[in-house]
Amino acid sequence: MNTWRRPVTLLALALVPVVVLGVFFVLPVSGMVARGFWPDGAFAPGEVLDVLTRPRTGRVVWFTVWSAGVATLLAVAVGLPAAYVLHRLDFPLRRAVRAALLVPFVLPTVVVGVAFRQLLGEAGPLGFLGLDGTPVAIVAGLVFFNAAVVIRAVGASWESMDARPAEAAAALGASPRQVFLTVTLPSLRPAIVSAASVVFLFCATSFGVVLTLGGTRYSSVETEIYLLTTDLLDLPGAAALSIVQLVAVVVLLAIAGRLRASADPSIVRVPARPRRPRRSDLGQLVATGLLLAFVAVPLLTLLAGSLQVGDAWSLDNYRALTTTGSEQALLAPVTEALVTSLRTALDASWMALSLGLLVALAVTRRSRSRAERRVRGVLDGFFMLPLGVSAATLGFGFLITLDSPPLDLRDSPLLVPLAQALVALPLVVRTLVPVLDGIDDRQRQAAASLGAGPLRAVVTVDLPVLWKPLLAASGFAFAASLGEFGATAFLARDDHPTLPVVIFRLIGHPGAMNYGMALAASVVLAATTALVMAAVERLRVPSLGAI
Amino acid sequence: MSLSLAHVSVDYDGVPAVVDVSLELPAGQVLAVLGPSGSGKSTLLRAVAGLEPARGLVAWDGQDLARVPTHKRGFALMFQDGQLFTHLTVARNVGYALRLRRARDVDGRVRELLALVGLEGYGDRLPSTLSGGERQRVALARSLAVEPRLLLLDEPLSALDAGLRERLAGELREILVAAGTTALMVTHDHEEAYTVADRLAVMRDGHLVQSGAIDEVWRAPVDPATALFLGYARVLEGATAARLLRAAGLAPARAVAVRRSALTVDVSQAAGRADQLVGVVVSARVTPDQVRLVVDVEGLGEVDAVAAVDTHPSAGEPVRLAVDRSRLAVIG
Repeated sequence: MNTWRRPVTLLALALVPVVVLGVFFVLPVSGMVARGFWPDGAFAPGEVLDVLTRPRTGRVVWFTVWSAGVATLLAVAVGLPAAYVLHRLDFPLRRAVRAALLVPFVLPTVVVGVAFRQLLGEAGPLGFLGLDGTPVAIVAGLVFFNAAVVIRAVGASWESMDARPAEAAAALGASPRQVFLTVTLPSLRPAIVSAASVVFLFCATSFGVVLTLGGTRYSSVETEIYLLTTDLLDLPGAAALSIVQLVAVVVLLAIAGRLRASADPSIVRVPARPRRPRRSDLGQLVATGLLLAFVAVPLLTLLAGSLQVGDAWSLDNYRALTTTGSEQALLAPVTEALVTSLRTALDASWMALSLGLLVALAVTRRSRSRAERRVRGVLDGFFMLPLGVSAATLGFGFLITLDSPPLDLRDSPLLVPLAQALVALPLVVRTLVPVLDGIDDRQRQAAASLGAGPLRAVVTVDLPVLWKPLLAASGFAFAASLGEFGATAFLARDDHPTLPVVIFRLIGHPGAMNYGMALAASVVLAATTALVMAAVERLRVPSLGAI
Repeated sequence: MSLSLAHVSVDYDGVPAVVDVSLELPAGQVLAVLGPSGSGKSTLLRAVAGLEPARGLVAWDGQDLARVPTHKRGFALMFQDGQLFTHLTVARNVGYALRLRRARDVDGRVRELLALVGLEGYGDRLPSTLSGGERQRVALARSLAVEPRLLLLDEPLSALDAGLRERLAGELREILVAAGTTALMVTHDHEEAYTVADRLAVMRDGHLVQSGAIDEVWRAPVDPATALFLGYARVLEGATAARLLRAAGLAPARAVAVRRSALTVDVSQAAGRADQLVGVVVSARVTPDQVRLVVDVEGLGEVDAVAAVDTHPSAGEPVRLAVDRSRLAVIG
């Protein structure tokens, strides 16, 4: 093969995604950042630096770090026993419990915010705790979300872990506790650390949960950027915080990338079959049960709340979804917003999927040279960027950079799907890359040696393994864009809002009817998302969500 | 001080993997459990280690081990691919069990063990930097570290290539004898079993079909399938068996297992006995040690035979064959 052919293939595969990400991600984000440094067309970095020394900035950063840190620790603490129970033990309803515990991760953030407010608010079942609007509520909301990430990532690693090293240790005289500490934990460590770093990233950039639960009193960097741009029109402030966030995210992603476990392909693993629970598993089983309750209670409260008007049971909240609410809360009925949401999500899914597939193919081809490997590594990291850049920054950046020809997209119906597709892109890439990585390159070589051309080899070797993860990834992208709130909050037009935007507007408007509608709309949104994810779960893609 | 198994059975989801196996292994001896893949031999080993729930009695020195968990049995298990802990250095791997027991002078003992398996100075390396043979030596040292009452070896050499396997089998024997270890080894390779073990147990389809001292089993395989599995080239039955035994001057029997070298071309000038085997060479292939022939023998059909390298029998040539009795095994 000619020496130039490989780099050219790599370039061709990566070209479209790179251009798309360049125009629709790098350009808006840097435009947003530039707007802060050049407030009136003149370079004035002083203002940005000033922002960083404001006491409120310090408080916001500190709040972001500690709330995300605590939430991460708690998510790992509750996720580990559940990961063990759901992936190493065999008991009735295991699949159902597993699916139930994964629901929160795909729930729209706004729904989670509404559910926790309903639970902890003055009238809620746990209102007497007085936790509404406190950091405790925010951390609880974050843990609610992210325990699923830990379960998924660590569970997958635990499930595929070879049982024989543990058996070897036991045969050498190690007690179950010693086996766990000296063999199991060290081999889980990469999965735990990488899950923790992803969870920290999610927590630190969480938008919907903090905005709905924290109001203006408790603000994270992400919500602060939103407040500064929309309410205070303080662009230098927002730009400064965006830069802080961008730097922190890049560092975190780099660390997470380093720690991501790369399986040694030369080792044949014999995964253990799940076994029946024993008495010694009691602690883990109880912990899993508690987690299940922790996940179920806010959602059940939400459901119950949506079915009540005043003190009576009623479906009026759902009937009201065809209206625009009381006191002109909305410009379009909620049902219309649902249709908009579905249509947008569909567009976002095919965009994310086609981009993601190209990226995944580009970064997983086997590298011949060190330089080539480095290029692929950089590409891999580049497409992870949307994971951590403030969706609000992205949304606002869209507004200010894509408003003049040749890129006047402000009124294009593709604007919102595009932004959502970029947010969903890392999820798609992370679902596909492990699958493609797992294909032994010798299979393709075998196909080639039997006379299959490159395309034919892909059809023979990659496609049969890939179609399920592809479907799963599209479901994932669909669910993610259904619930996407940060960027959409900026970009959705008032007469064509998506469902999360409508919900947020409803809870911000006074009136019992509007609040009831918000609850009902949340249930509808949650149910739609859960339905999509249930379909995805049926595909049983093991690496799903191993970010 | 011995391992005894009585009526041990193991099922996988209702499918029997090991059926009613009874065995004795005296201390200080090495027993090879020989069987084709899927014969249940590895399952039996895992049951002895306490990794599979088994029915029947597994006892050490008369004590029933049913309620003793793996880590308290004092048996060390060595896996086919070593299962070294990849996050620990060689020295840490070897010293793993010693550290668990808070033994004194772990470093010194580790050095001794590494010397025993011929890997001095490898202590600081990581398992991923070792060759397959080196990994298995480390795994062996790790298993021997705590001087286990019983060493369980699960196909310890089958992941290695042929030359290395042969050499390591010999070394394994020496190391086991030097350490005075009682060991139970599972393998599908009869050569490996002969090199390493004192005793042999043959398993097929979950059943123990034969056991005993190596030469006993070897000289009297219990049935044709066992004979073939033990390395006999052919089993003759009925009239052909009778014809061959008559030529060998032995009493007639149901069947006889024949090594490739049991029939040699007789080049003596003297006229043969009346019942000597005569036939026509069908094909001949020269190897460094001997010429391997297929001969169409009257009353036997096509059989394997050998000739000295300096003779040159070629296809179509008539030959007389002599029978080496020590290379036959009469079956039942």
